Amino acid sequence: MAGEKKGLQLLDFWVSPFGQRCRIALDEKALPYEYLEQDLGNKSELLLRSNPVHKKIPVLLHDGRPVCESLIIVQYIDEAFSSSSGKPPLLPSDPYARAQARFWADYVDKKVYDCGTRLWKTKGEPQQQARKEMVEILKTLEGALGDKPYFGGDEFGFVDVAFVPFTAWFLTYERYGEISVDKECPRLAAWAKRCGERESVNKNLSPPEKVYEFIGTLKKKFGIE
Amino acid sequence: MAGGGDELKLLGLWASPFVLRVKLALSIKGLSYEDVEEDIFGGKSELLLNSNPVHKKVPVLLHNGKPICDSQIIVQYIDEAFPGSGPSLLPTDPLERAVARFWAAYVDDKLLASWLQSGKSKTEEEKAEAFKQTLMAVENMERTFNECSKGKPFFGGDSVGYLDVTLGGLVAWLHAAEKLHGVRLFDATRSPLLEAWLERFGELEAVKVVLPDVDSLVEYAKQRQAAEAAAAADAGGN
Repeated sequence: MAGEKKGLQLLDFWVSPFGQRCRIALDEKALPYEYLEQDLGNKSELLLRSNPVHKKIPVLLHDGRPVCESLIIVQYIDEAFSSSSGKPPLLPSDPYARAQARFWADYVDKKVYDCGTRLWKTKGEPQQQARKEMVEILKTLEGALGDKPYFGGDEFGFVDVAFVPFTAWFLTYERYGEISVDKECPRLAAWAKRCGERESVNKNLSPPEKVYEFIGTLKKKFGIE
Repeated sequence: MAGGGDELKLLGLWASPFVLRVKLALSIKGLSYEDVEEDIFGGKSELLLNSNPVHKKVPVLLHNGKPICDSQIIVQYIDEAFPGSGPSLLPTDPLERAVARFWAAYVDDKLLASWLQSGKSKTEEEKAEAFKQTLMAVENMERTFNECSKGKPFFGGDSVGYLDVTLGGLVAWLHAAEKLHGVRLFDATRSPLLEAWLERFGELEAVKVVLPDVDSLVEYAKQRQAAEAAAAADAGGN
């Protein structure tokens, strides 16, 4: 057993979009939990014990037993508390719709964070390349959204949870990548606004200016100019 | 047999471990399907490009014409769409499911990734580092097998489960790599449990029926290596 406490604990880092996925899922299910901010420069015993393989946040502890990897955590929250929360499931019940949801959540995982990081970490040609890729990624996601209010359809769902924390990073992408999400992907921008009206999202996303500030600090720390 | 009116078509490549994973799942679940070999290097089919426009990769499973992409997503789909067929691949307990998914992701993101990297590395140093990472990943999988199987024959316990199928996709290549490079990744000293699992898994009828021939894989690897070297030479690469 990693920890011993009963109930739910989330080992997380304030600005992490991956951690925010979990916070949103927990709030969507109205599940009380203890938030434990981690110092990633000086990792706690609890974090290292709970995620010895990757030593990363987020980690969800349920009665001391750890679940790692944000999308796996979100699925766990959805499955372990499906009946008790009385709230609609995040993943649809139809197997084909579930496969589609997993595909797009996986797409967000594989593409958005990586490309976004290159946008602020690189300059010149690599940055131009990252800029092009980011626009393509966002347009692809906008295509997947289509005319639906949410990626999940009429209901806020798994893919929405997976992607929405990155909307707080749009401002950072815009400033470093000179990308206007409003102009390039208006439907995506509208979706971001719609999600932002949900309490779980509003409460848990970092303010975009804070994200930008954080990246500025990171750049200085790594000597990137 | 697939249920009445269920048409399954798998777009694949015989040598791909990801495609093999899907074939293993279909075979273990006793589902019949049309096996369509794609000419990946010669020219991908219209059907593949239309079915997986985002990644343009195999495997793609078409169920009554509707495409499902990504080997791990396909395996979960097969498990969920055909609950009556064969054993359940994913456990029912949510925590056990989370553990299975975690290690399945690890197989691709860490074990396979570093193993492939050691093959692709240009310098001896890079190769050694990538191989070191691969061995660490094997060590982790060995420990995981111990914890998941609880003394039983498979990751899934008495019967084959999601993690067996996920790791199972690598089986033919594990044997091929031994023939090509003389390296036995799951060996008796480093990972005796995995070595035994590999043998046991390979003996299952449902597995034997879909495993590609190891000697053919060895030939294939040599051909691919030659083709890549030629392309690099043409491109004026190193």
